[in-house]
Amino acid sequence: MSFHDAANYPVELQVNGEKQFIRVRAADILLYTLRDKLGLTGCKPGCDNGDCGACTILLDGFPMKSCLMLTVEAAGKQLITIEGLKNSSVQYAFARNQAFQCGYCTPGFIMNCQGLLNAEPDAGQETIRLWLESNICRCTSYEEIHQVVMDVFKLKNEG
Amino acid sequence: MIPFDFEYYRPESISMAVEWFQSLQAQGKNPIYYGGGTEIITLARNQSIQPGAVIDLKSVPECNLLGFQNDRLVIGACVTLSTLTAVNPFPLLSETAQGVADQTARNKITMGGNIFSEIPYREAVLPLLLSNSHIVIAGKQGIREISIHHVFSEQRRLEAGEFLVCVLIDRTYLTLPYVHYKKRQIGFVGYPLVTIAALKKDTQIHTAYSGVCPFPFQSAEMDRLLNDISLPRAQRVHEAILQLPAPIMTDTEGSASYRKFVLQQTMLDTIHALESR
Repeated sequence: MSFHDAANYPVELQVNGEKQFIRVRAADILLYTLRDKLGLTGCKPGCDNGDCGACTILLDGFPMKSCLMLTVEAAGKQLITIEGLKNSSVQYAFARNQAFQCGYCTPGFIMNCQGLLNAEPDAGQETIRLWLESNICRCTSYEEIHQVVMDVFKLKNEG
Repeated sequence: MIPFDFEYYRPESISMAVEWFQSLQAQGKNPIYYGGGTEIITLARNQSIQPGAVIDLKSVPECNLLGFQNDRLVIGACVTLSTLTAVNPFPLLSETAQGVADQTARNKITMGGNIFSEIPYREAVLPLLLSNSHIVIAGKQGIREISIHHVFSEQRRLEAGEFLVCVLIDRTYLTLPYVHYKKRQIGFVGYPLVTIAALKKDTQIHTAYSGVCPFPFQSAEMDRLLNDISLPRAQRVHEAILQLPAPIMTDTEGSASYRKFVLQQTMLDTIHALESR
């Protein structure tokens, strides 16, 4: 695959189960394509640098920071944003535990937890710690988020 | 956003990638090879680089290899660090890779991207140095296999238009006793103050370092001193540090004097852990 018009690339994306045909610049970042072209504002711009995880989506089932991906790279991939999650146990657990304050980081945390649940439904404490390090909550709702994870993965608190 | 345009190419073979690079370069488009792309996106966003074209290598089959060919482990340049850790063919490399960035970012960061990145740490190269690995390079002169040590003596030495295809590691290194320490200023994510990866082979400890100098390195002279069991461990460490290939770094992670303190302790831990195995 190659393109030669830097400002007008046709791309077919699979987003939340639907095909989307769009035209983008090769330099367009997936995060802003999802938000500005497709109206999927659940993925949040935070650091724009791959540090905070607020823009996390699922790419072929695995968490991906959409600020670190060109839109053209996502052609042919299955993308799920927070808008595409329906009746997920992770969403219910976040609501039940009030695991947010301002809520800005919440979609990213949910998508990361969902990705872990998809990949490793029996994940233990160490794996959970490793995966959840990818996201930052400026309101520091970490205790509640930790409780969410305990609920979702049916783990017992230690200590 | 990235405030300038570039063209995007996705070749499906090594020869196509090389030909396109040469052609785009001849057209003055300042092309750049692209793997995971995390560093390129970051640098392009703040205009530290301004390529006119990117050549994405992720559809080149040889860049996605992960398995054994005869007695060598083959790791394609576009294999992500999280895949490498999940498959875990080389535990020291898995553990080292797991210290880079965070889990989600490692779903995008590739082996080739880490070892040939612009940052001074490039920790995934440490196990490659210790295992005397070879790398396969493609360029207009064709495909060549060379020792990692020839390319990675302080700074990377690839010719313009060349790219890493894959890494080759002798199977005998994969199961040797090892230790890996990554000491950060704080927390579990971030750049190192000091990273040491070490292997023990034939009673000798081999060490490689990141975060100490402005490049990852292995030093035969430092290893010789660390293995001199006629001296107390603290003296071995002291003398080995005198042989560092460059002054110790000072940056936002830590001052040179603090790094030296952490380095001394970590070297002692390394010797202690491996001498008994």
